[in-house]
Amino acid sequence: MTGSGIGYAFFGGLLAYAVGAVAGLAASHKPKWARVLCCGFATLGGLLQTGACALSLLSGAGTHWEIPAGVPFLVYGFRLDALSTYFNLILSLLATAVSVYSFGYLRSLDRNRTLGVLGFFYNLLLLSLTAVFTASNAFFFLIAWEVMALSAYCLVSFEHRHPATRDAGVLFFVMSHAGTGCLLVGFLLLSARSGSLDFSSFARGPWQASIFLLFLVGFGVKAGIIPLHIWLPAAHPVAPSNVSALMSGIVIKAGIYGMARVFFDFLGVPPVWAGMLVLIVGVVSALLGVLYALMEHDLKRLLAYHSIENIGIILIGFGASLMFISLGHTQLAAIALIAGLYHTMNHAIFKCLLFLGAGSVLHATHTRNMEEMGVLIRRMPQTALCFLVGAIAISGLPPLNGFVSEWLTYQALLAGFGTTDRLMRILFPIAGALLALTSALAATCFVKAFGITFLALPRSEEAEHAHESDSFMVGGMALLTAACFALGLGATYFLPVFDGVTAQLLGTRISSDLIAAGNGLVLTSGSARGGTVSPAWIAALFVILSAFPALLWLIWTRKGKRAVGPTWDCGLPGLTAENEYTAVAFSKPLRMIFAALYQPRREIQAEYEVSPYYPRSIRFGSEIELMFEKRLYAPIRDSILGIAGRMRGIQAGSIHAYLAYIFITLILLLLFGVRS
Amino acid sequence: MSNLIVPALLQFVLLLITAPLVTGVIRTMKARFQTRRGSDIWQPYRDLYKLLRKGMVIPDTASWLFSATPYVVFLTAAMVGLMIPVVVTKAPLSLFGGVLAVVYLLALGRFFLALGGLDAGTPFGGMGSSREMTISAIAEPAMMLAIFTVAISANSTNLSEMARSAVGQSWRFLAPSQMLAFGALFIVLIAETGRIPVDNPATHLELTMIHEAMILEYSGPYLALIEWGASLKQLVLMTLLVNTFFPFGLSSAWNVAGVAIGLGFYLIKLLVISCLIVLVETTNAKMRLFRVPELLVVAFILGALALVSTFLF
Repeated sequence: MTGSGIGYAFFGGLLAYAVGAVAGLAASHKPKWARVLCCGFATLGGLLQTGACALSLLSGAGTHWEIPAGVPFLVYGFRLDALSTYFNLILSLLATAVSVYSFGYLRSLDRNRTLGVLGFFYNLLLLSLTAVFTASNAFFFLIAWEVMALSAYCLVSFEHRHPATRDAGVLFFVMSHAGTGCLLVGFLLLSARSGSLDFSSFARGPWQASIFLLFLVGFGVKAGIIPLHIWLPAAHPVAPSNVSALMSGIVIKAGIYGMARVFFDFLGVPPVWAGMLVLIVGVVSALLGVLYALMEHDLKRLLAYHSIENIGIILIGFGASLMFISLGHTQLAAIALIAGLYHTMNHAIFKCLLFLGAGSVLHATHTRNMEEMGVLIRRMPQTALCFLVGAIAISGLPPLNGFVSEWLTYQALLAGFGTTDRLMRILFPIAGALLALTSALAATCFVKAFGITFLALPRSEEAEHAHESDSFMVGGMALLTAACFALGLGATYFLPVFDGVTAQLLGTRISSDLIAAGNGLVLTSGSARGGTVSPAWIAALFVILSAFPALLWLIWTRKGKRAVGPTWDCGLPGLTAENEYTAVAFSKPLRMIFAALYQPRREIQAEYEVSPYYPRSIRFGSEIELMFEKRLYAPIRDSILGIAGRMRGIQAGSIHAYLAYIFITLILLLLFGVRS
Repeated sequence: MSNLIVPALLQFVLLLITAPLVTGVIRTMKARFQTRRGSDIWQPYRDLYKLLRKGMVIPDTASWLFSATPYVVFLTAAMVGLMIPVVVTKAPLSLFGGVLAVVYLLALGRFFLALGGLDAGTPFGGMGSSREMTISAIAEPAMMLAIFTVAISANSTNLSEMARSAVGQSWRFLAPSQMLAFGALFIVLIAETGRIPVDNPATHLELTMIHEAMILEYSGPYLALIEWGASLKQLVLMTLLVNTFFPFGLSSAWNVAGVAIGLGFYLIKLLVISCLIVLVETTNAKMRLFRVPELLVVAFILGALALVSTFLF
């Protein structure tokens, strides 16, 4: 009975996305209708899919549907096993919240004919993502993957009148397809081995280095691991904010899903270096991601760099898990895998929330530059509160969800010391220390992001006259804010969700070990002695202890002696926004400490009349070198362009020359055929 | 659960009362070391009392966050105080969070403090926030490595378990790994509590200040809460240091005799570590801001060496 219930909800959800997409195109001459239909059906689809995932989690058994397409090899196969269900759950939660938000966010386009197109691609993206997460054979998976990439490309390029947007779109397109190329070869190798395209035939095959590396690169491009990340900070910010939220929230998780699927499900027991490679990639991505984020003062680019950081944290969990598998510690592998998967969900939620918040800010101030914001906590208090919750969560601070998954990651890393492997004993604590550095830097970055954007004085006219977003936008953010609290405080109630996944991938169920005996709100590190934490109790304690300052207030403090006065302005005539610390200034100490990485250049031009000590105006410019773009990709791009330039010579435009080429090719092929 | 409430309350009160005293003792000792007379050790209590009675001025540019910050700073420090063993090995609320929660709760307090510094819109506040966040971020890996070293020896991140395992081997602190870890954590303590050579707690309105710059706009009861919170945090970190490395005298249960002995030992240990801090403060000059990372890198290397030596020796 539940089986058919799941089916109705699942295909109902898919149908809703599809109808939403078609409705967007059909109603494109009436943008307002297009908005209501697209967002409405997307919300409906998200809710139905959430229902399907919830039912599937409750029933515990995987469900499988196959619809022949009438084309050789192609079967529309969907399988909701534990791993697919988990990722589809993340997707549908985000889809619901973002679609609610979009009702309000897209209102500004109500006179614009392109809104219908946006709605079409938006729904198509949701549809293809669902297919990516649930496809049960390689052919269908790759088709869904391509549709996802193309609809994402169209959404990124939506504001194509800006040259920067076009460039970002093209970069995304090229990188994405380079990745897909790797996937294609990888799947061909897999299917050549098993003789079938169905995922179930790949499962638990022997480990093979070439396949592992192909998928690491192919899915790594999508996930945005360093050094394959360069498209991410370019493409995510230029998309409309509701799309950015989906891109950073869930589209990059398609790469994570692929890695989980291939590394844990398709490939057998890996050698130690494979896990170590993933771990190192994770640590490097996490650290460099946050270091580059710190230098940004474009709010959305900053968030995009944080996506790289968090993908790194997820991969730390995955890498540790793979290493544990190679050494035969299934229990520990399960903890590390849960840490990674939990962080996947958490990052999706808070990153989506932060991008929606940034979208609201952008909507109100018409700029992405933090240096032109400020004071927004007074102008848009609800947005500010939601953004603050997201900022606390992403910094991994208790009691919210980011803390729980980082805590689990630490515990997994520390558990590595209990093993006898020397490499693990030195590598894991160092990785843990660098993770600590990463999360402390993330906190620094979000003090900057929140402080400069929302606090103190207005830094521009637009910020001064900003207004709170409408109730749909706030509602969408409020849903995700609540999820941040729920996944943090209610962590112990959420953990059993992973039982299915670990049972499927590792053959063990450990959620009951991660919950303290006798106190259902306390998390443990697998054994009660190892380490415990309880976000729910920490939150409760916070409330209980606040009785003390309250008491102090009542008893001691004299009433009515609270005045509001001007801030001390160092003796200048009034404090203005020019006196405030800027985002560039805030990150200056780190720019100097990590100068070797950033290679910062600055330029100061002062105009003065009498003496250089009394300048009339000062221009200050500061920029950093993007190492990977300049050192790694620029030479590759130049050599490709160089080769292409030289090849122009043989494309003479004369039909005789082309006939000669064809003839030569034919001869070569014949020779090749005869020889073999 | 009910058998936790009395110990929790006792420990809460003990830490609240001791925190200003430690600040006072350090200040007085420092004055004596510098052959000044200085104020007596009770001065911080008088300061707190005075501040709590005073009125306060809120900057007109500040938002609700400015008012929320003192509570968060104070409450996180107080909460952490309940998770660490002070006079009894079993900390009242160690079940709710181990050493990782301690580090992250203190980070939560710092997060809000830095936002509070930015909220008023003065350049000083921003400067303080930026520096505080930078230094604490650089200190974090060193702190974690040192903590990991201890956690690994105890095979637990639960602070009570860590203390209990240390009680079993009273002379473990002589092991190279423990000494190196202690060195690393001591440097981190200096950095985290804003002491010379990293920051100067006695400075006001100088371009070198860090912590004081952030709280420049606070006055009256809010300032009292922040100051009290800061001294609580200092005490908590000192307690963490002395009780994980030198667990002498920690009582194994909450009974009168045990607690009395534990308290005596605890106060002596605090006095010794305060002496050490004073010694460092008087014999060093404040470093330039951009020299501080070098000091913290030293701490990081000490931590890494500590870690390596746990399985070499």
